[in-house]
Amino acid sequence: MSRQRRDEAYDVVVVGGGPAGVAAATAAAESGKRVGLIDESPWLGGQIWRGEAERPHSEKARRWLKRLEAAGVTVRVGVSVVGGDGAGWLVAEDRRGAWRIGYEALILATGARDRFLPFPGWTAPHVMGVGGLQTLVKSGWPVAGKRVAIVGSGPLLWALAEGVTAAGGVVVVLAEQASWESVRRFGAGLIRYPAKLVQAIGLRARLAGVPYWCGWWPAVTRSEGDWAVVTVTDGTSRRELKCDLVAFGFGLVPNLELARLLGCGTRDEPGWEGVEVGLDQETGLSGVYAAGEATGVKGAEAALVEGRVAGYAAAGRRAEAEALYGLRDRWRRFGAMLAQAFALRAELKTLADDDTIVCRCEDVTYGRLRTWRTAREAKLMTRCGMGPCQGRVCGAACRFLWSWEPDRVRPPATVARLETLMELGTGGNGG
Amino acid sequence: MSGTYDVIVVGGGIVGSACAWECARRGLKVLMVEAGIVGGGATAAGMGHLVVMDDSEAQFALTAYSCQLWRELAAELPGSVEHEVCGTLWVAADEWEMGEVERKARYYEERGVAVEVIGGKRLEQLEPNLRAGMAGALRVPGDAVIYPPAATHWMSERAGEAGATVWRGVEVRQILEEGAVELAGGAVVEAFVVVNAAGATAGRLTPGLPVRGRKGHLAITDRYPGFARHQLIELGYLKSAHGEEGDSVAFNIQPRKTGQMLVGSSRQYGAEGGEVEPGILGRMLRRAVAYMPGLRLLNVVRVWTGERAATPDKLPLIGPVPGRSSIWLATGHEGLGITTSLGTARLLGERLVGGDPEIPYKPYDPGRFAWVPVAGQTGAGVGAW
Repeated sequence: MSRQRRDEAYDVVVVGGGPAGVAAATAAAESGKRVGLIDESPWLGGQIWRGEAERPHSEKARRWLKRLEAAGVTVRVGVSVVGGDGAGWLVAEDRRGAWRIGYEALILATGARDRFLPFPGWTAPHVMGVGGLQTLVKSGWPVAGKRVAIVGSGPLLWALAEGVTAAGGVVVVLAEQASWESVRRFGAGLIRYPAKLVQAIGLRARLAGVPYWCGWWPAVTRSEGDWAVVTVTDGTSRRELKCDLVAFGFGLVPNLELARLLGCGTRDEPGWEGVEVGLDQETGLSGVYAAGEATGVKGAEAALVEGRVAGYAAAGRRAEAEALYGLRDRWRRFGAMLAQAFALRAELKTLADDDTIVCRCEDVTYGRLRTWRTAREAKLMTRCGMGPCQGRVCGAACRFLWSWEPDRVRPPATVARLETLMELGTGGNGG
Repeated sequence: MSGTYDVIVVGGGIVGSACAWECARRGLKVLMVEAGIVGGGATAAGMGHLVVMDDSEAQFALTAYSCQLWRELAAELPGSVEHEVCGTLWVAADEWEMGEVERKARYYEERGVAVEVIGGKRLEQLEPNLRAGMAGALRVPGDAVIYPPAATHWMSERAGEAGATVWRGVEVRQILEEGAVELAGGAVVEAFVVVNAAGATAGRLTPGLPVRGRKGHLAITDRYPGFARHQLIELGYLKSAHGEEGDSVAFNIQPRKTGQMLVGSSRQYGAEGGEVEPGILGRMLRRAVAYMPGLRLLNVVRVWTGERAATPDKLPLIGPVPGRSSIWLATGHEGLGITTSLGTARLLGERLVGGDPEIPYKPYDPGRFAWVPVAGQTGAGVGAW
C-alpha cells in the first residue's frame, strides 16, 4: 500500500517550463549549477510554446529548448508542486507518488492562465477558452473546414486565429473588446520593437481574410441545431454569427498560488497582479526568485529576459544578470504597452445575467453572487470557489466584476493526493 | 450609531446568532455586532457535527438537549444548511476499546439516547473503507451533520425577522462596565445586557476570562460519494480532545452532502496565527490513513485552520460574569459550539428573562470558576488560565 517517495536535491530548482523557466534554468545551468526544472504539464514549453518540444513551430522556442538540453538541466514534467517550506524544500507529486525536492535557490516561473469573464452561454459545450482551443489545434485536433468565432481580448486571439487558419479552419470573426484607437496606438508603438513589428505585419498578412473587429465583444451565445450562434456587440448594435465553435479569453492572469503559499509578497491591483521582485528578480524571501508572467503579464520576450536575470542571479552571476537589465526594461515597457492597449472595458462587467454561471465547479450563478460584499463571504455562503479549481477560474472573474480581494491561499497550491500532503511535515531530511 | 437596546450580542458566530435569535424571539430589542462575516470565524472552520457527547454529565445534558432542539428545527432548515442525519460511528480498534463501546452504550441508553452496538463484521459492511479487523463501533443514529456558515446566516436572518438589528463588519473595541459597548470608531451603544459571544477572542473583551484558543486543522477532499457514510470517530478521540496539554490528533471523518470527505482532527494550545502547520497536519493525515487506508489516494482540495474557545473544564461559559450583572457570556464551547449553540441560546434566553431553563444551568455558569474579571481596558488577548 505504501508507495515510494522520491527525494531529489538541486542547487537551483525552477518551477514552470515556459519561456521564463526555460531561460532561467538554462542560465543557471550554464553558470555551473545543478538545475532541476519542474512542470506540471506533460511537456515543456508552457502555454506559449506548448507542443514545441514535440513539433517545433517557432525557431526561438527550438533554439531555447536545445540550449536547455545542452546545459544539462534535469527536466521533470508531469510533476505538480503542492507546497513547501519556503526555505529549501518543495513537496510535489506525479501520477505515481510524492516527491520532495530540495534547493539552494528557487525560481518561480509559474506563468499565467486565461482570464474568463462570464456571459450568457459561456459554459455551453461549443464554447471554449482561447488557450484550450489553441492546445487542441496544436496537438492536431481537426479544425479543417470548421467555422470558429474568436472573441475577447489581447494578442492571444491573433495567435489562435493564425493556428486555426493554418490548420484549415475558418475564422468567422475575431472580436477584440479594445477600441480601434487603442489597438492602432499599440500598432504605432511597435515601431520601437522592430522584431515585433515584423511579426505583427507577417501575422496581419496571414490573417488577411479574417474579419478583425475592434471595439466588439460577446453578448451571448446559444445553440441552434448543430450550430453555435454568438452575438457580438459594440454597445449600440448587435450582430449574430453562426459557427461551429466559439473561443474566448480576456487576457491572462498570473498564477500566484505557489508564490503566495510560500509567503512571497504579491501586488494585487486588478490588471497588475504579480509577485513583487527586486532588481535581480529576487522576491521578499531570500533565495526565492520569480520571473515571467508570474511577476505581471507582459509577454514572452520579457519572460525570457526575466528568466535569464533570475537564472544568473540565483547562480551568483551578478554581472551577467545586471548586463540584461536594460533589455529587460525595454520588454517590460512593451508589456506595459500591451496592458494599456488591451485594458478591459467596464461594459464587460455587465454581460452576465442572474442565471449565468460564474463558478463552474459549484454551479454558482451571477445572481447568487452579486448580493455579497467580499470573496470570503460569497465563498462561505454560496460555495463559489470551493470546488476542485479552488477559484482559479471564478476568482479572477469575481475580482474583475466586484473588485473582491482574493481569499487567503491555503495549501495545497494545487489539488493533491492526501498522501502527498502527509509529506509536507516530514522535515528536511525526510524523517 | 447609538441607541438603547435590551441586549447587545457581541460576535456573530453560530453561538452569537443563536442567542440573538432566541432573545429577539422572546420580544427583547436586540443588536448583534459582528466584526467580520456572520458565521465566518470558528463557525466556518468547524466540521458541523451535531453530536451527543458523554465526557461529563453536564456535557451530555447540554449536547443531548441541543440535539433535541436541532431535531425540532430540522424541518425548517433550508437546503443550504445541508442537514443530514448520517449518525455517528465511534470506532473501536481493539477489544479494550470495545469494552468502552459497551460502557458508552449503557450510558446513552440509560439517558434515553438510541444507540446500537456494532460488531466488527457488521462494521466492515457499514463502512467498507475502514481498515479491516476493527473490533466494532457504537452507532448513534440520531447524530447529524450541517453546513455551519449557512445555518448561522439563516439564524441571523431569522433574528432579523424577529426584530433584531444585525451589524456586520463593525468591530467592538470594548465592553464597558455599565452595560454598553464602545465601537472601533469610538461610538458607544448602550444596552441593559451585553452578551460576549466572541469565541476564542472573547478574552480580549472580557479580560481575565478563563478561555484560551485551541487550534485545529481540517482538510477537505474532492467528491467521493459513499466513501464514508457516517461521521466516523475513533474512540481514542476523547483522549485527544480532553487529554494532556500537548498537541494531539484523532481520526475523525465526516461525509458531506456534496460527496466530499472532511478529514480531521487536531488540537493545539498556544499555536499562534491561522497558518496551516505542516507537522501537525501530517500527523493528523497519517492518523486518518491508519484508520482508512484508501484516503491516501483521494484528492484534497483545501486545508484550513480554526481556533476553538476552550475552557479548563471543557464546558462553556453561559451566564453573567461574576459581580457584573450587565455583562453576560456565551463562549468557551471548544469543539461543540455548532451542536450546543441552540442549547446555549435557550439557557441564556431563559435566564435573562428570569425563567426556569429546561436543564440545570449551574454547570455552565461563569461563577463556577474562581476568577476575577480584570477591570478597565482591553485585555492582552486570549489569556492563560
